[in-house]
Amino acid sequence: MTEMTGAKMVVEALKEQGVDTVFGYPGGAVLPIYDEIFQQNEIRHILVRHEQGAVHAAEGYARSTGKPGVVLVTSGPGATNAVTGITDALMDSIPLVVLTGQVPTFVIGSDAFQEADTVGITRPCTKMNWLVKDTDNLASTIHEGFYIATTGRPGPVVIDIPKDVQFATGTYKKKPKESPSHYRPQVKGDIEMITALVEALETAERPIFYTGGGVINSGPGANQLLRELVDATNVPITSTLMGLGSYPASGKNWLGMLGMHGLYEANMAMHGCDLMICVGARFDDRITGRIADFSPGSRKAHIDIDPSSINKVIHADFPIIGDVGHVLEDLLKVWKSRGRKTNAEGIAKWQAQISEWREVRCLTYKASDTIIKPQYALERLEALTKDRDRYITTEVGQHQMWAAQFLGFEDPNRWMTSGGLGTMGYGVPASVGVQVAHPNSLVVNVAGEASWLMNMQEMGTATQYRLPVKQFILNNERLGMVRQWQELLHGERYSHSWSEALPDFVKLAEAFGAKGIRCSDPKDLDDAIMEMLDYDGPVIFDCLVEKHENCFPMIPSGKAHNDMLLGEADTQGAIDAKDSVLV
Amino acid sequence: MSPLNIEKGSTSHSAYDLRSHLSDVIESHTLAILVDNEAGVLARVIGLFSGRGYNIDSLTVAEVDHEGHLSRINIVTSGTPQIIHQIKMQLERMVPVHEVYDLTVAGPHVSRELALIKFKGKGDHRVEALRIAEIFRANVVDSTLESFIFEMTGTPEKIDAFSDLMRPLGSVRVSRTGVAAMLRGA
Repeated sequence: MTEMTGAKMVVEALKEQGVDTVFGYPGGAVLPIYDEIFQQNEIRHILVRHEQGAVHAAEGYARSTGKPGVVLVTSGPGATNAVTGITDALMDSIPLVVLTGQVPTFVIGSDAFQEADTVGITRPCTKMNWLVKDTDNLASTIHEGFYIATTGRPGPVVIDIPKDVQFATGTYKKKPKESPSHYRPQVKGDIEMITALVEALETAERPIFYTGGGVINSGPGANQLLRELVDATNVPITSTLMGLGSYPASGKNWLGMLGMHGLYEANMAMHGCDLMICVGARFDDRITGRIADFSPGSRKAHIDIDPSSINKVIHADFPIIGDVGHVLEDLLKVWKSRGRKTNAEGIAKWQAQISEWREVRCLTYKASDTIIKPQYALERLEALTKDRDRYITTEVGQHQMWAAQFLGFEDPNRWMTSGGLGTMGYGVPASVGVQVAHPNSLVVNVAGEASWLMNMQEMGTATQYRLPVKQFILNNERLGMVRQWQELLHGERYSHSWSEALPDFVKLAEAFGAKGIRCSDPKDLDDAIMEMLDYDGPVIFDCLVEKHENCFPMIPSGKAHNDMLLGEADTQGAIDAKDSVLV
Repeated sequence: MSPLNIEKGSTSHSAYDLRSHLSDVIESHTLAILVDNEAGVLARVIGLFSGRGYNIDSLTVAEVDHEGHLSRINIVTSGTPQIIHQIKMQLERMVPVHEVYDLTVAGPHVSRELALIKFKGKGDHRVEALRIAEIFRANVVDSTLESFIFEMTGTPEKIDAFSDLMRPLGSVRVSRTGVAAMLRGA
């Protein structure tokens, strides 16, 4: 129990929580905390260029390390700028502790300069938030914030700290051995239900694992258990966008990503399975397509730490509430103790059927030797980087889906993308956050030029901290995904989906102190990518690609998994007016 | 397209078929929610309902445990069984929520509401109003030559019935507290 100022408490509490990096931007209402940060060397502060960038960078840091990300911003505009990133973290279950400055308690409610009702604004987009009005409660609230952000289904928390609370002196309370909170999410699954699921797994003819970001959030152990279970049972596995890497892309049971732009074999297997084991995923509409026709012949198990995810969209025949790691451990234990049985004959037939589906080769595209196809660019990026210590971030759009289709992930925590919220502008700051956490690794942000521009100011951060992030921009001078939907759904009326006045990305790179590379000829592509990889510093790679390429396979919204469009020839009249209201 | 020939629209053939909750009949449920008595907790609960498009038919909130800093929120809500289930799950996962009781499911419960009903009327209607009040055991808590204020406690239905009966007799204004509810028995 020591006396200190609130500002010092913030720094002490962060140290006690093992924080080594904070992403932030100073301002009037957090100056006392910045003064304390100045007077110590244990916590590194990364100065971003925009508060949204701070939050996405912290997300990239958190997603690639498994540790919570920490953000420090000022009151008013500092806090409101952070809201998009906080919402993104809530949708994708990323643990974040966001510290916001607030005007002094005695002027709260008076429309003071840079005052905003931060707790009110962030209430629906945080897992929990607090306004700390008393310095004595500050340290314990920060400890509680870390506990809530990282326990159960992870998520962002906001701690709003008025400036007078930062100046005032109070008693520092150490991190408690056990949180005093009554918040205690259930981690062990119901063993009877797990046993029932094992029974179903033993006899299933067409089982499938459908995994998501929850496996990655559960930690390295959960990923190991998943791999062991999948390979021991020989059951095919598909994953959501958020779950890529929990099972290796080179694994023999890997089907590829499922969903709206998922692989043919993955979606057909989901549609045709008789037992679906959903592990840490949430039946998002991008996954299910039309609910009424979603995997109509299957019994469904749903393993999730968040009880509200189960039966929210799809009825679960085997609902199992618990942490993925704990449940998989019990599942394996029960399955082994019952004699490691599977319906080998059924599964062999099922695998044969899946091989036929694989033969469709749904990712085939029309190659060109004059124009760089975006798929080709990603194939080459994959070929030239897959053996490296590599982390990939993305922006949002066509390039994101192509990256998910064409890049292979062997390990978890290597793939950072905005899934649930679909935040354009995520990739540049996320790549900065990942590179801060892994200074010696290769970090590539696969981007579209439109998304990339949304948070390009963070290139300044990359230059300042000598972060050699590689910005791989698939430049089609279009909002590609919007353009694709307008082509398919809106009579080819391309309303505001192209950019007429794009910057010269090579000159832009130079202006930021980075290296710029432009490539427009497929013959030069490999050399250009190698030049990017060999350069010791940040690079903006302007890859000029085919402007009108569409992303396939595609399940149009309102359709079922077996109604996939595989290429241009399938698109005529595929989507009727009734379904075009769905996003 | 499917080589498995699964008929479109066919449903799961489950050994654990608990599909009754997919019915689309709208039910009314009384929920009692025990929460930390802290700033903004009511906004948090209400924000959940408005943000996700759930109904609030009635709401009461008050501190019930001063030492333990606990408040009890009683909400009457309506929706399909699936929506009601989702409301409870969404409430339970909120950090300041300790427990959620669905009194409608839990069994017989007592629910009571307090109402003040101001009646304005003249002559015979005044006499008739008093007679009806007596039948409903409503007390007169204020009186002028042209008006009464009645105070009554009862189920929401009883208060509805009383105010409906009074309306043809004169002008009626009602102030209600919303439902407080508790499970019967120990």
